[in-house]
Amino acid sequence: MTALLTVDGLVAGYNGVPVLDDVALTVPPASIVAVLGANGAGKTTLLRTVSGLIRPTAGRIVFDGHDLRDVPVERLVRLGIAHVPEGRGVVAELTVEENLRLGGLWRRDRADVRRAIAEVYDLFPPLAARRGHAGHQLSGGERQMLALGRALVARPRLLLLDEPSLGLAPRVTAQIMALLGELRDRTGLAVLLVEQNVRGALSVADRGVVMSLGRVVVATDAASLRADEDLRHAYLGF
Amino acid sequence: MERFVFLTFDGLSKGAVYAAFALALVLIWRGTRIVNFAQGAMAVVTAYAAYSVTAASGSYWAGFAAALLGGLLLGALIERGVMRFVEQAPHLNAVTVGLGLVLLLQGVLGMIYGNEYRPFAAPVGQEALTVGGMPLVSPFDLFVFGTVLAVMVLLALLFTRTATGLRMRAAAFAPEVSRLLGVDVNATLTLGWALAAAVGALAGMLVIPTGLGLHPTAMDLVFVTAFTAAVVGGLDSPAGAVVGGLAVGLVLSYVSGYIGSDVTPLAVLALLLVVLLVRPGGLFAGVRARRV
Amino acid sequence: MTLLRHLAVAAVAGVALFFATYQLDPFRNYQLATAAAYLCAVAGLTVLVGQSGQLSLGHGALMAVGAYTVALLQNAYGTTGPWMLAVSLAAGALATTLVGAVIGLAAARLRGPYLAGVTLAVAVTVPAIATTFDEVFNGDQGLPVYVDPPPAALGRFFPNERWQAWLALAAALVTMVLLANLVRSRFGRTLRAVRDDEVAASLAGISVARVQVLAFVVSAACAGLGGGLLAVLAFSVSPSAFSLTLSLFLILAIVVGGLGSLAGAVWGSLLLVLLPQVTESVTDQLTLSPAVAQRLQGNLPLAIFGLTLIVVMIATPGGLQGLIRRGARALARAARGLATSLNRRKVGT
Repeated sequence: MTALLTVDGLVAGYNGVPVLDDVALTVPPASIVAVLGANGAGKTTLLRTVSGLIRPTAGRIVFDGHDLRDVPVERLVRLGIAHVPEGRGVVAELTVEENLRLGGLWRRDRADVRRAIAEVYDLFPPLAARRGHAGHQLSGGERQMLALGRALVARPRLLLLDEPSLGLAPRVTAQIMALLGELRDRTGLAVLLVEQNVRGALSVADRGVVMSLGRVVVATDAASLRADEDLRHAYLGF
Repeated sequence: MERFVFLTFDGLSKGAVYAAFALALVLIWRGTRIVNFAQGAMAVVTAYAAYSVTAASGSYWAGFAAALLGGLLLGALIERGVMRFVEQAPHLNAVTVGLGLVLLLQGVLGMIYGNEYRPFAAPVGQEALTVGGMPLVSPFDLFVFGTVLAVMVLLALLFTRTATGLRMRAAAFAPEVSRLLGVDVNATLTLGWALAAAVGALAGMLVIPTGLGLHPTAMDLVFVTAFTAAVVGGLDSPAGAVVGGLAVGLVLSYVSGYIGSDVTPLAVLALLLVVLLVRPGGLFAGVRARRV
Repeated sequence: MTLLRHLAVAAVAGVALFFATYQLDPFRNYQLATAAAYLCAVAGLTVLVGQSGQLSLGHGALMAVGAYTVALLQNAYGTTGPWMLAVSLAAGALATTLVGAVIGLAAARLRGPYLAGVTLAVAVTVPAIATTFDEVFNGDQGLPVYVDPPPAALGRFFPNERWQAWLALAAALVTMVLLANLVRSRFGRTLRAVRDDEVAASLAGISVARVQVLAFVVSAACAGLGGGLLAVLAFSVSPSAFSLTLSLFLILAIVVGGLGSLAGAVWGSLLLVLLPQVTESVTDQLTLSPAVAQRLQGNLPLAIFGLTLIVVMIATPGGLQGLIRRGARALARAARGLATSLNRRKVGT
């Protein structure tokens, strides 16, 4: 089966400082690939390069047959990629409803956008209860729901998710991980999941990619990662 | 008492213009964190355009339309052609570029039209109507109130009810996230500048008939006054810009009426200093976090 | 020691300029004098904006304060003695220092566009004071300024312009030496610390407000001196000579020269004097009707200045001095590269 996303030989950095050094990975359709590793390994940079916020100096990024290096950031969501950045990116000054609408502004099918927003409210009842509240009035967990919900309004095929568990209680994290698995099974969503919370990520992921100092050191199925103690000790700290 | 009422309406009328102009400044500030120091000079350019169109066609309204359309065009051109290069740079660069634009635009206008003061027509009478023997408002004042109110309502609707307005607000608050959500942030910036320039053009059309006449520097003092109004209200607050504009208009009217019109520029400076001494972020500014 | 080095440079420059004034015709000497007068103000402003990070759009108005003070004193006491001119100029600088202190104190809490706006308001409104109190300042017509002729000891036919050049150059050299020492001193480092990171500076125990006010005051004194010199050179003062346009020209000078650079201030001042002349000769070349020529006269330099400001700010924000520095570095790199390759050849690799 052809991969939905293929990254090959990727080299990227900031102001001449290289952060990614020959990174390669694939994301099959309807799967969750967890990207793990210590701080500074380049995980966030990887996502930002895939979504075009950083231009790579070498390598290929292919999504569903499109070469992403030529695609401007603004057009990414039309191709079917939604990126929820580090820190969630909830627009604090806008309301919940406005944030969600923002997720679907580029789409022409307004009726489907309204349906999608309704589905998000079904999925996240706390958001429905606070739809008129401004983003800065929400709790951390609610903001994560909002960021995810906003991404889902775009009906993406690939979700780039950067550390969703950051600052969240374990129970909420578990809920979000379970939700990701459910979306994968129900709608065929693929997820490239960057996480520090290794257990949580591996509990739902199909594959795991471990990065260290800008390179991929291990890429295998999640079960093997969970089982391989030496590997876990060496790169994941437990 | 008569004098007071007259000065009040006159102050509100001028204040409405300052409010509109201040709103244009706030629009650009919120979108790009730049104070457009060339806003006044741009408004003069569009006023000259209106002047030429009116002279050629004999119709005030043709000139009026030309000013507004010209404002849209000029704002877009300047953003795309000049300001784009300094939007990511330190603020000093953008301020300096704006000042350079002032010199350039005023110089070019002087070369094309010369430096004499030209009379600038108003569409309706500027004599105050008397109500019960008291001179109250002039038809022109009513025209000013009407157009400024209409513009503000339109802008408010645009920003709160339309998809475009949502895009513009999102792009101003969170440009990177907006890009990820498919918003063309560059386009919203250009649109913001175009709208602001059109509002500034309107303000120019409303204020120049009441002054010494059309001249390349006709909007310099208006810019400073409107900037004062925006600062008084707090640069981040559109409502503050409106309140600030009206307040400044009233204060200046009373100063001019009771003390003397020579003193008004100093009154502007004094007002600006007083407000900023008490609240360095403007009256409507949110509480600033302690930085140390 | 830095002070000695600066004095030595100033002495050499002074001697060179002294001889130059004998080679130049009166008009050129007058231009040199004007450039030196501008240099006082421009140098102070570049230190304020470039080294302390505070943007002032009102230094033209500060020059006016110095100019009018000198005018009033000279008209009242100008004949009292040969040293009176120095007293007037010093008083002009002092008066401007006081005004600068007031503005600086008011502005110390302001940042970015708020500071720019206040100084802009100063630039636009202070000239209006001349019209408001027109019994003293004679409104728009301005005042003539009495200046003693060159001292008799120099000879009866000593050209006035050369004397003016000497006066202005002496003042400019003194100003440059003082500013250069200031920039190199501990105070200069404090200035730059505040400019670069206020919070860190204040955590390090620096009184941010005090430093900024001092910087403002110093630059105001320089502007006052420059304004006073302009009054002496022109034998007159009027509000229109110190309008907003002058303040903007000063900004142009420091930007084109290079923010914070005293050498750049020299380029900027020369630009202010030479550019109008260049544009005038260009328009003279083109045969134009007198009406068109008149329109171009004031406005073409304005437009060219504005365009220059925009282009420089976008293309080379470091100004001329920045370009020169980059050029020098590039040359140094090239020289090193050449030396290395020559070395390799010698060794026979």
